[in-house]
Amino acid sequence: MAKRKTQRLYFVLLGGLAVATGIALVLTAFEDSIVFFYSPSEISQQSLSPGQRVRIGGLVEMGSVNAVGDTVSFTVTDTAETLDVTYRGILPDLFREGQGIVAEGYVLASGVFQASDVLAKHDETYMPPEVADAIKAAGEWRGDDSATTQKTAATESTATP
Amino acid sequence: MNPELGHFALALALPVALVQSIIPLIGAYRRDAALMAVAGPAALAQMLLIGAAFAALTQAFIASDFSVVNVYQNSHTSKPLLYKISGVWGNHEGSLLLWVSILAVFGAAVAAFGAGLPDRLKARALAVQGLIGAGFLAFILFTSNPFLRIDPAPVQGMGLNPLLQDPGLAFHPPMLYLGYVGFSMAFSFAVAALLEGRVDAAWARWVRPWTLAAWSFLTVGIGLGSWWAYYELGWGGWWFWDPVENASFIPWLTGTALLHSAIVVEKREALKSWTILLAIITFSLSLLGTFLVRSGILTSVHAFAADPTRGVFVLMLLALAVGGSLTLYAIRAPKLEPGGLFAPVSRESGLLINNLFLTTAAATVLLGTLYPLIAEALELGKLSVGAPYFNTVFIPLMVPLVLLMGIGPMMAWKRSDLAGILGRLKGALAAVAIVFAIALALSGIAVVDIAGSAGIALATWLFSSSLIEWAGRVRLFKGAPSDVWRRIRSLPRASHGMTVAHMGMAILIVGVSGSSAWKQENILTMAAGENVTVAGFEITFNGAELIQGPNYESLQGSFSAKRGGSSVALTPERRVYDQPVQQTTEAAIHTTFWADLYVVLGDGPTDDRRYVVRAYFEPFVPFLWYGILMMGFGGLISLSDRRHRIGAPRRAAAVAEPAKA
Repeated sequence: MAKRKTQRLYFVLLGGLAVATGIALVLTAFEDSIVFFYSPSEISQQSLSPGQRVRIGGLVEMGSVNAVGDTVSFTVTDTAETLDVTYRGILPDLFREGQGIVAEGYVLASGVFQASDVLAKHDETYMPPEVADAIKAAGEWRGDDSATTQKTAATESTATP
Repeated sequence: MNPELGHFALALALPVALVQSIIPLIGAYRRDAALMAVAGPAALAQMLLIGAAFAALTQAFIASDFSVVNVYQNSHTSKPLLYKISGVWGNHEGSLLLWVSILAVFGAAVAAFGAGLPDRLKARALAVQGLIGAGFLAFILFTSNPFLRIDPAPVQGMGLNPLLQDPGLAFHPPMLYLGYVGFSMAFSFAVAALLEGRVDAAWARWVRPWTLAAWSFLTVGIGLGSWWAYYELGWGGWWFWDPVENASFIPWLTGTALLHSAIVVEKREALKSWTILLAIITFSLSLLGTFLVRSGILTSVHAFAADPTRGVFVLMLLALAVGGSLTLYAIRAPKLEPGGLFAPVSRESGLLINNLFLTTAAATVLLGTLYPLIAEALELGKLSVGAPYFNTVFIPLMVPLVLLMGIGPMMAWKRSDLAGILGRLKGALAAVAIVFAIALALSGIAVVDIAGSAGIALATWLFSSSLIEWAGRVRLFKGAPSDVWRRIRSLPRASHGMTVAHMGMAILIVGVSGSSAWKQENILTMAAGENVTVAGFEITFNGAELIQGPNYESLQGSFSAKRGGSSVALTPERRVYDQPVQQTTEAAIHTTFWADLYVVLGDGPTDDRRYVVRAYFEPFVPFLWYGILMMGFGGLISLSDRRHRIGAPRRAAAVAEPAKA
């Protein structure tokens, strides 16, 4: 039976090694790849280090979209506060004023948000959960939750420049 | 009338599924052959009933019967026939119906072709299939009935999301489901074996073909999804580590592990309880994937709008399946007979290490995918885990796995000789060095160039060592041609399949590394007559015009790309569909054997008649699709192996026979 015990020990050692490698990798990777989400109201209270990547979300304010060449600027609101966003590239197909979006990027020294990715759902009844929560937190939620349940086969698109 | 028949058939399938699960279980417990014999006919009846329901829904879609809510919400008379049919599963209710249909077909296949199976194992496996079926049927009937009517019937439907009106996506869900549901067979056999308290080589020979089939379909299904995202979303990427993508990829990783560990059970009767555990985990992860996609709790690129009650229901099914099977495992697994012994350097060991890498990778991807949920529950703030996390954890786990893949197939069972194998692989090492040097010479010495070249060198290692292993088996260039041919014919199909699948993986790695390292992109605004140069292609914009499609209006850009003497036309489009009104981007892709030129027409025209244009050069992207197809094909070759067709043949000579993977 000694042989079987050796083999079991070998299994345990290998398993332990795999778990340890996994944990080590996860810890190094988590350090710099977790991106927090803030609403326009929250972001002004954050002390973000320059260039720190965050996600923001809210509704695109009506009449705020302005394209110059391949650079687009617009204002995102959670109905309490607003945030100016600039983005270079092609916006997702369903990006439009009044629509809920999520953008990833960083805050410039000027306070403008430089987006590197913009996500907008391909289904007009869908609201990204973070955006719905942000607007609820600002106390302006009027939509009924069933709005998100109408259409099931909806897709979203992201634009990455 | 037909929808009611469909609904009725579906409702009837639920009690049949319950009968299929309860009576044979009692029969197997009491060793009552008559009760156990109920399982087979019940599985066939279930297939007929669910098949009738599926046919009824398909018929409603083809006939555009808008009195059915589901058809009204997801179809339109102007849609081409293919998308009327794919509309059946292009929505939540219909896709679940597809799920249970596949489940029922697989169950019936076991009933019909499982004559070689031990009676009790067969009864119990079918009973577990019946339980899974009952859970999903209840889910459909109580929360997601596809046969609901509206009165009065609308004249026209709301149409299918235009993004889903696409050949790649028409077949993506059925493929994924064939994979997921195929793993349910492995799960059922695993639970049946635990009830039985016995796992042996014959059991593994039954589980392997199902796992192989499931794995092949899942591979191709994930590939189709990736291909679709690449050409349809218009941002030139093929994998985003998005939660919905991960949801199908995590079961793929553990399923791949299961595929390999089942070989050890079959050949050596070792790793038995580990294999059982993997079968349970793989199916549980498939269910979890279904839950993540269906509940919409994660912000995803491909999010489906969600209904919380549905999410809760799937979560309950998941809890029952995982909780029940793991409890059974905890009670029964320690009683399984221990398997054969093996040395630390042996084929068994190689496959075990393969399993450890794959399951560790699956666990880290799962953690990254679920972490936003965990963080929110623990009030750590709202966050997302981006691609950098996945790349940082995944790549270091895959590199040693691929290195091992070159050696593993040459290892002997029980005890192997590493030095001898490395000696045989001298040619592969030489090929790696040459390819790495050429790649560096052609690309440069920046960090990305070194990383890309290293990836291609790694692929060379896998490709050439697989080839050397295969050549050694058939004594290529060593024996007389007739002898080589005889050996090729007599080598088990499973061996050929392994070689093809491993080579496919090598080609996939070339695609992954090359496209990640050397993709070039250019975003600019262009007016008619202007040109831009991308990777040696001179791209001229000739203007854009409105054209009319069958159910959309399109702004079509006209570009010509010139390189050397030849010129190709590229016509990217921005379409606005009528039903539902929605805009899509159709990229224009010019494919050469090894690279794609990818052009997207963006916003415009501006006041001075300019358009935003994105032009990408995507090297090695076609290799992704070649590689995935080869992997799926390798799985199918292996599936056609004689031993897999003949259920449980004599298990003699299993050890003496040359090894396969």
